This record gives sequence, structure tokens and C-alpha cells, in this order.
Amino acid sequence: MFSPIDFAILLLKIGVITLGFALPIGGLLTLYGDRKLSALIQNRVGPNRAKVFGIQSSLLSLPQFVADGIKMLFKEDAMPDNADRFWHFMAPALALLPAITLWAVIPFGDLYCTGTIEVKDYMDVCVGGEQKNFFSIANLDAGLLYVFAISSISVYGAALAGWSTNSKFALIGGLRSTAQMISYEVTMGLSLAGTMLIYGTLNLNEMAQQQGVLLGGWLPAWGIVYQPVAFFVFFIAMMAETKRAPFDVPEGESEIVAGYFTEFSALKFGAIQLSEYVGTIFVGALVATIFFGGWQVPFLYGDGFHFGSGGVDVAVPYAGVVALRLVAFIAKTLFFVLLQFMLRWTLPRFRYDQIMNLGWKILLPISIANFVITAIIVLAF
Amino acid sequence: MSVTVRITQRPERTLRVQAYIPEVLRGLSVTTRQMLRNLFGGKDITTIQYPEVKRRYPERYRGLHRLMHRDDGQVRCVACMCCSTACPANCIHIVAAEHDDNGIEKYPATFVIDELRCIVCGFCVEACPCDAIRMDSGVHVQPFLDRDTAFFDKGELLSRGTASEAVQGGTFKGSSHSHH
Repeated sequence: MFSPIDFAILLLKIGVITLGFALPIGGLLTLYGDRKLSALIQNRVGPNRAKVFGIQSSLLSLPQFVADGIKMLFKEDAMPDNADRFWHFMAPALALLPAITLWAVIPFGDLYCTGTIEVKDYMDVCVGGEQKNFFSIANLDAGLLYVFAISSISVYGAALAGWSTNSKFALIGGLRSTAQMISYEVTMGLSLAGTMLIYGTLNLNEMAQQQGVLLGGWLPAWGIVYQPVAFFVFFIAMMAETKRAPFDVPEGESEIVAGYFTEFSALKFGAIQLSEYVGTIFVGALVATIFFGGWQVPFLYGDGFHFGSGGVDVAVPYAGVVALRLVAFIAKTLFFVLLQFMLRWTLPRFRYDQIMNLGWKILLPISIANFVITAIIVLAF
Repeated sequence: MSVTVRITQRPERTLRVQAYIPEVLRGLSVTTRQMLRNLFGGKDITTIQYPEVKRRYPERYRGLHRLMHRDDGQVRCVACMCCSTACPANCIHIVAAEHDDNGIEKYPATFVIDELRCIVCGFCVEACPCDAIRMDSGVHVQPFLDRDTAFFDKGELLSRGTASEAVQGGTFKGSSHSHH
């Protein structure tokens, strides 16, 4: 059932998606998203001093990114006295691992059809061939449940990082992040319950396929059209999950130094930082998949663009369609990443009680109400 | 005396504000506008790229010390110790010696300024009665990699000096008279 070629393709997919997309983009965002973007917003220049062979060149500040990485590699890996050596070593890995593992179910494109494509009711139907899963690591039927499961595990990284270092700042940071992530997980799950009812599936690729339908012949049936409230609630909950501003009290530097990763240095610090940025991109990818059509390009189907209700208006070869969809998905993802960064540099940090209030007293009731109303409507029609 | 009380009206929290999302969007528009303006060559970033671009210091900026010259190139300083007395950081060390010229009488055999101790207050310049020490070089104190290099001796201080336009006595031998 599982031939060596399949295995090679799987390894290639894992390599390209995690090492070729998630981690490099996450690394780049530490420079562009946080340091350069914030500099532009705050009328600063940002990092630009790294030189290549002694030549000062702007090169979009890319040498700085490389220099930062090298610096992180060569720094002293300090471990505090009385730290739990094993968990101090494991915590950064436990933070980074779920962040990378989550990418397994994200579909970067539709299943590749080896036969011919017929478009029926705004859906690509593959005729005379088999569908190959080239654009996601695993086409899981329980995709969304997998996302919930793995993102719950990412609590351990932060909690253990805070606990293992035997530092009070880190412990408070770890506790804060644990409480915050568990609180917002409830909202996160319930806010998506409505979309599960509407799509009738947990498979993220099937969700994306269903969003190709045109409502009334012109409006793409993206998730946000059906579930606008769920989008806002889910987006906020996911931002809280990734512990990014304005929900970054677990690392509130004005109170607890750097929170749960106060006592980490060198590549361990880098791993924890990177896990947050990879998480940020994952939020972008997930929101794009569930609420903004995933890899769908509006009006584009397997054989070309359909603007009217009739047949093909602009024919596009299948390879072109695949490429366009790939670009569309990455563009949508990066848009939501950018939105998160802009929000980070716009909003001040919430107080801790405000975070708990927002989570339990506002977002949770809204998501439950949204779920109930959606259920009634789905039942009625 | 009666107390005056001013009642300040708190800004009203309208539904628009409490709904939060419109206000978040308003904030986002501010940051996005600023980001785009700076991205496309706005003039809001006032940073000077220091080593490549240097700002001209103002005329009265107190920079590195320098010792001024007489018309014939000798040091103007007469080793009166006014500067080292005035110096609150005790960073000026002068050893006086007798000059061959009776009109000049004294001159500094050594004149060392410890730039690591100098607090750049400019009192030495104020105290100097013969315009011998100045801080108008327009060069700020550079960081020192080696402690020894932070002691500026007479030769180094004179190398930055120029002739002063102020008139000074003791320019001719054999007479106690000085012209003004």
C-alpha cells in the first residue's frame, strides 16, 4: 500500500512544508515582521548594520537576519543552578514540535488529478484518473480535530519551560500562559463548531473544496460569508493561543522579564521564539483555509475561470491552475500573518483580568450562541 | 480661601467604542498608514545613519580639548593652574617649568588631560585667562580601546591647536614689559 515512491514523496512534502516554508518564513518574520515592520510604524529605521564582506549594503537587511541566526548559534547556552536539567532541555523542543507538527494537515492545494477535470456544480470532478495528495503532508479526515489536539499539546512547552528553570518570573509566565491557552482553547473549539456543521466535514481540504461554490452565481461561498462571527471569535482566540500581543502577558516584560523563557539562551531561546512565529503563520494558514477559501481562487476551477453560470470563460492549463492556487493560498496566509503583526504593533497589551474576562465572559458566550444559532439554521434548511 | 473644584467630563464610552472592533480597525488604519508612508519614502524617519552621515555639532559644542598656539607656535599656556584648579574631575595634570623668556616666565613642561575622567563641563575653558585651552574642536570624545591612549599629552593637545587672535604678552625677550 505504501510504496517507496510514496514514502519519498511524503518525506519531500514534509521537508518542503516545514523546512522550506514554515520555519524559514517564521525566521524571516522575526526580522521583517517584528523588527522592520515595527520600525516603519514607529518612524525608526530598524536593524541595518550587518555588513557583507565589510560592505554596507541594504539588501533588504537580509544579512542582519543571517547574523542574528549565527549569533544565536554561538551564544552561551546558560542553564540556571537548580534548574531541572532534563525538562530545561526538553521544553524548547516541546514548544517547537507542536508548532511544526500542526502543518501536517494544512492543504496548500487541491488533490492532484492525474485524469481529466470536469467541473460540476462549482466542484472539480476528477475523471479517469486518481487523485494524488501532493500539497498537504496528510489528508486527514479528522484534520480539524488533529489541529485542536496538537495545539493543546503546545501548552506543555510553555508550562514546562516556566517550571523547569526554577525562576519565579518564569514560573509566573508559565502559569499565565497555561491559564490563557486553556481558557481560549474552549472558545477556539466552540467557535469552529458552527463551521463544522456547515461544511459537514473535519477534513480541511474538503472544507476548501466546498468554498469554491458561488452563491447566487457571483459570491464565493467562503467561510466568512457563512460564519462572520465565528471568524472574529476564532481569530482572536487563536491570537491568544499563540501568546502574541495584545495577548502577550505570559511574556510581559514590564512585570516578569520575559515570562516563561526568561532563563533560556542561545538556540533554546531561538527555538521558543521560532515556535511562536511558526504558530503565527499557522494561524494565518488555518484562518485562510477555514474562512477564506483555502487554496481557492475566486471563479477559478480545474479547467479555467468561470465568470458566468455557463462554461469556461478563460481557459487555464491544469498546471497553471495548481500554481495559481498555491500562490493564492500563500498570499492569503501571509495576509493574515501581516494582519497579526499589525495588530501586535497597534494594540496595547491587555491586563490579565481583561484577558480572562474577554475569554470566558465575552468570547465563550458569543461562540456558544453562534454555534446554537448555526445548528438551528442548519437543522431548519 | 475657597476651594475651586473643576469637574472633568470623562469621555463618553459610546457603543462604537465598547464594541471594540471599529476602534481596533481605526487603530489599524493609523499604524498601516504610517507603515506605508515610511515604506514609500516618507520623510518621517529622522534617524541619521551615524558613521556614514554625521551631524554638524553646534558652534558652542564642547568637544575634545586643544591647546592654542602663540604666534610663533609655542604653547599659549602659562601654567597658571587655573584650569586644573577649576576642574571638578581633577583630570588636568600640569607640571610647570620656567621659561627662558622673562616675559613669559612659566610654561607647562607637561600638560596631560585624562579624557576618561573629564566630564566635559568646560570649566577649564572658562577659567583660562589667556585663551590657551579650548574645547571647540567639534570632535566628540571617541571610545578608547586602550586606557593609555586616553591620556592626551601636550603634543597631542597642541596638534589640534591653532593660533589665537587674542593678544598675549611675553613675545619679546629681555623685558618685563608686556604690550596689550
